[in-house]
Parts: sequence; structure tokens; C-alpha cells
Amino acid sequence: MIFLNINNLNVSIDGKKIIDNFNLNINQGEIHAIMGPNGSGKSTLANVLAGNEDYEIISGKIIFKDHNLLDLNIEERAKLGIFLAFQYPVEIPGVNITPFLHASLNSKLKNQKKEEIDSLSFAKLLRKKAEELSISSDMLKRSINTGFSGGEKKRYEILQMSVLNPEFTIFDETDSGLDVDALKIVTEGINKFKNKNNSYLIITHYQKLLDYIKPDFVHVMRNGKIVKSGNISLASEIEKSGYKNF
Amino acid sequence: MNSETIKTLDNFSKDKYKYGFVTEIDSIRSKKGLNEETIKFISKQKNEPEWMLSWRLDCYKKWLKMPQPEWANLKIPDIDFQDIYYYSAPKSFKKKPKDLNEVDPKLIETYNKLGIPLEEQKVLAGVAVDAVFDSVSVATTYKGELEKLGIVFCSISEAVKTHPELVKKYLGSVIPPGDHSYSALNSAVFTDGSFVYIPENVKCPMELSTYFRINAEETGQFERTLIIADKGSYVSYLEGCTAPQRDSNQLHAANVELIALENAEIKYSTVQNWYPGDDEGKGGIYNFVTKRGLCKGKNSKISWTQVETGSAITWKYPSCILKGDNSIGEFYSVAITNNFQQADTGTKMTHIGKNTRSKIISKGISLGKSQNTYRGNVSFLRKADKARNYTQCDSLLVGNQCGAHTVPYIDSKNNSAIVEHEASTSKINEDQLYYCRQRGLSHEEAVSLIVNGFCKQVLQELPMEFAVEAQKLVAISLEGSVG
Repeated sequence: MIFLNINNLNVSIDGKKIIDNFNLNINQGEIHAIMGPNGSGKSTLANVLAGNEDYEIISGKIIFKDHNLLDLNIEERAKLGIFLAFQYPVEIPGVNITPFLHASLNSKLKNQKKEEIDSLSFAKLLRKKAEELSISSDMLKRSINTGFSGGEKKRYEILQMSVLNPEFTIFDETDSGLDVDALKIVTEGINKFKNKNNSYLIITHYQKLLDYIKPDFVHVMRNGKIVKSGNISLASEIEKSGYKNF
Repeated sequence: MNSETIKTLDNFSKDKYKYGFVTEIDSIRSKKGLNEETIKFISKQKNEPEWMLSWRLDCYKKWLKMPQPEWANLKIPDIDFQDIYYYSAPKSFKKKPKDLNEVDPKLIETYNKLGIPLEEQKVLAGVAVDAVFDSVSVATTYKGELEKLGIVFCSISEAVKTHPELVKKYLGSVIPPGDHSYSALNSAVFTDGSFVYIPENVKCPMELSTYFRINAEETGQFERTLIIADKGSYVSYLEGCTAPQRDSNQLHAANVELIALENAEIKYSTVQNWYPGDDEGKGGIYNFVTKRGLCKGKNSKISWTQVETGSAITWKYPSCILKGDNSIGEFYSVAITNNFQQADTGTKMTHIGKNTRSKIISKGISLGKSQNTYRGNVSFLRKADKARNYTQCDSLLVGNQCGAHTVPYIDSKNNSAIVEHEASTSKINEDQLYYCRQRGLSHEEAVSLIVNGFCKQVLQELPMEFAVEAQKLVAISLEGSVG
């Protein structure tokens, strides 16, 4: 089975090319990091993988678990096991996480032809996961992301990831807007829940995040394509001398 | 708005009104049209005393001289008042059945189909129901139990005979028949509705509710409800409404009067789901309703909660007259319009007494080609020292062809009055939809979730038993036009 293969992908928005002949292969259980300066197309890649409809796919192919991903819409991809931890999680006033995530998990279970989970068992599951992430029950009662601090929002994303247990998670600049303490809490959460059957794509500007989550591969992205791939030492190189050498 | 959203908006399954059936039943009708004969016919059918008939005729004379109200932001086609039947009752109702065994099984089945079982063993726990079918009350449940507490819960036709002193004293005392042409019309031809009296210091132990059903064709329904809460009492009342699906328009012109005496509290909730017309704007109910509550005594409180999803045209302003010192008026509203529906709804809070307080929370959701207007009038009279009002009205637009309008009037004759007003208009947010869909919810589920979140402040004011129903209703109303 091909887990994730991106082949000669070209993407534009408003006529401007953002992703240019992009290629990447990720196998099950691997952690990849994509680093790059602002405007290199990193976040666009994350959103194209999730199925965001604002972009125009000019050509190329994305295969995920033997499915042609570009044929599927946002929710179909999500149900297949793609999870995007957003850079800026949006506020949804009046909507509580419990029914929201319950519906979300059930739509996934239904898609896998598995038995759906009842409200009571779900509430227990959610409480347990929240405790592991030191998310207070008070925070579970609030509307999704509404009035949350940056760190709280990111922890909420990790909580959702842990409950849905997606095969492939994309972290879109999860470190942005977090101070060192918040970053530590969030990355501890990620480490607690990451497992060998699932794969991860970490998109980041800075190397700091990669001090906490060790990737198997590091790629440098510039002008819509990968210009260099290597291991964690590549990240240290960027930390020392920036992106100008790429 | 991106192409996917527009596509799903267009793709709506248009025919979701599940209460559109007709009950085949023989009925007695008045002759078509409105004149003194029609009114005498109605009064005779109801075996009314002389004073009631002469009141009706006086109101009819007033109506003849009054123009139709024109200030609402609505396009109302000319209504031919001579082309309407003003009274329709199942034939078996010549005399009101004493108990359910005497009620035509077809009627019981109708209410079962609507989810309102009338048989005592099946009745909703903790909810007493008065069921009104066209122009007559079919049955009232839990009556005996309520009587033990001295609570009167019956149809208004019955109350005219059994409690004439209360009816004479309060009928038309909050909504003067000459207020506007629909209040005069209703006063002249009102057929049925509920009457509630809660004695001093009694807290009504269950929800009282009326379920209105229009069945007969070309027939108007003229509901009249009167609720009196005596000193220190409390009652929570709920009404629901449905009608068959038809191509012609039908008129529902109701008058509802509430009176709260000293330290009394009335909570009045409405879930209005009259047939809204089809997706081309054909058919549907004209819902022209006057609802007004009088906080007559000190420290009294009246609270209106409404979820308005049906009707082709809604024209409705549940209001509070805050006469008693320290009295409180509240208005919580969700109005959803879809396809070609029009709604002009809001409230009037009239502060007369000292330290009176009012609160208005209005949530309007427009979809399809509909128009949704909030209209509010908050006034402080000269003696309303230290009175306060808080108003929040939010509008949500789904799609590009609908409209939301907010028309708040504030009028203060007292310098110490405090008014706070917050308003917002927003379009359904693509980022929110993207977020929900990324978690595996369909476009439709996402919209329903976001709209329910938007209305939450109001829906949570509904009695528990109905809050869940209302949430479902919100979801169904959206299906008519949001993918």
C-alpha cells in the first residue's frame, strides 16, 4: 500500500503559482518536517492536503492509502484519516466540543463501517484524554476555541487529534504564537499521543519545535518545491545560518 | 463564498415540511366572507352569552374603519377578507366532547401524527396540552389534576361561559381591539385558543401548552389566548403550530394577552412551524400575530421566547408593558427564514414603572431569497426612573440572495434610563465550515452546528422538553436551503 505519495503537484491561487512540481513520499510510521521561509508554500501544502477549496490544482497526483486524494472533498479526506492541526484554529461560538467531536468521531467510525460510540462512552473518553493533556473540565464546557489563548487553542487541537486518532496528522506551524512554556506543553501532548502506526508532517519555520519532536526526515522548501532533504542535522544547519544557503 | 458552498446551498432538498398532510373530516363552516351574520354565526356555534356577541360586533365596527398596518418591511399581497371562511369545526363537535372517548378517532390520529398524543396514558409527562383544530379546542389534558390546585386551563370558549367575570375584566385589556386592524379583526371573529388562570401563590407544577393546527382549506384561524397569573404565582406556557401544505395562502391572526399581577411570573414560549410555502414562494401561512403582556403588579415578570421557522409571512412583536415597579420583561427570539419567506419580528418594551428592566436577545438567520427584519421599540415613560434595557440583535446570512435588517427604535422621556444596544450582522464563516469539515462533518452538519451555536443563547431559554425538539427544527429548516 502506498501511504502518502505526492507526485509533480502544481498549485496556484488567483493565478499565482504557489506549489511548483512538488514531490514527497511518506511511509507509515514516519515523521517528516518541512521547513522553509515565509511564502515558500508550506501552509498551502498543508491546506491542499486537507482539501481546502480555495486553491487551484493545476496538475499532479496525491495518493493516500491507495485513494486518489484529489477526487475527495474535505470531509471525505478527514474520514479517511487526515487531520490538520490548524495554525489559527477558528472560534465557533455556542458550539461545545463534546457534541462536535462526538459527531466527528462517529462520522469516521461510520465510514470505517465500525460501530458508533454512544454519548456516555464518548464523554468518558473525552474526559480521559483531556486529563492526560491537563485540560480542565471547565475548558471542555466552553465554546470551541472561543476566548482561548494561543496555547489553549493548540492544546485543543492535540486533544481532538488524540480522540480521533488519525493515521496522518499535519501540524501547520503549531509552534507559531506560542511561548516556550506553551510550546513545551503542546509538544509533550503530541509526544504522548504519537504512535508507530501513524505518520506526521510537521510544518514549521523554526527549528525549536524539532528539539521536542524528533523527525525522521527534514525537508527544506523554497518557492513551492523541496530544495533539500536530510535528517535532523539539516534543521540545525538552518538554525545556524538561515535559509539563504538554499 | 466558494463554489462548493454555493453548490450545496443550491442542492437543497426542498421538501422537508413533514406536517403538510390533510385530515379528511366533515366540517361545519360559516359562509364565506366577513359581515355581522358571520359573527353572529360564530357566536351562536359557541353558545356565547349576549355580552360576548355585542363585544364582537363593536370590534367588527372598529375594524371596518381601520386601514391595514403598513409599517412592516414586508411585501404583503392584498388579502381579500371576503374570500375567507372564518369558522370551521369538525361536525362531530356540535357539542364539545366530554372526554377523549367521544372525540373522533381521526382527530386523535392527527395529533398522534404530529407527535402530540392526547390519550392520558401517553401524554407528555409533565405537560398539559390544549389541542386546537381549526376553530375549536379538541381536548385538554391533565385538566382534573390542575383543578385541584385551583388552576383553570381550558379553551377560551369554555372560559367565556365558566369564568365570565375574569374574561370580561381582562379580555382586550392589554391589546385594545382598536390597537390596529388585526387586533380588531381577531376580536371580532376569534374562535378558539387557551385560557389560563393561576390563583394566588400557586406555582403551576407542569408546563401548559396549546397545539394549534390549521386543517380546513381557505379558512383563517383566529386564535385568542388569555393568561392571568395572580399575585405570587408562576406559570410556563408553550404553544406549537403546524398546517397542511397548500398552494394557496392562509391567514392566522392571533391575539395573545398575558397579565402578571404582583410578584407573578409568566414564561411564554412559542415554536412556530406553520407551512412556509414551497421553494418558489407558493402557498404558506400569513402569520399576523399580536402578543402583549402586562406586568401589572410590582416585581412581576413576563418572558417571551420564540422560535419562528415557519409561515410565508411572519408579522409578530411579542411585547411587554412594564407598569409595576421593579417589573421585568424579556424577549428571546430565533427567526429563520428560507426560500421566499419574509419575517418582520421583534418586540416592544414599554417602561412605565420605576426600576423596570427589559432584555432583548434576537437572532435572525436568513437563507435562500428570504428577508428577515428585527424591529424593536424600547420606550421609557416619564416616571420610569432608573429603568434599564439591554438589547442584543445578531443576524446571520447564509448565501448571497437573502437580506437581514435591523430597525431598533429607542424613545426616552426619563433622563435616568439606561439603554445598551449591541447588534451584529455576519455571513456564515467559510473558515468555520472548513474547520468542521476537516473534522469529518458534512457541509450540512457543519452549517446546522454553527447555526445552532449562534442560537444557543435563545434555545436554552426554552423548557427542557422542547429545547431538543427546537434544535432539530432548526436543523430541518436549514435543510430547506443549505446543502
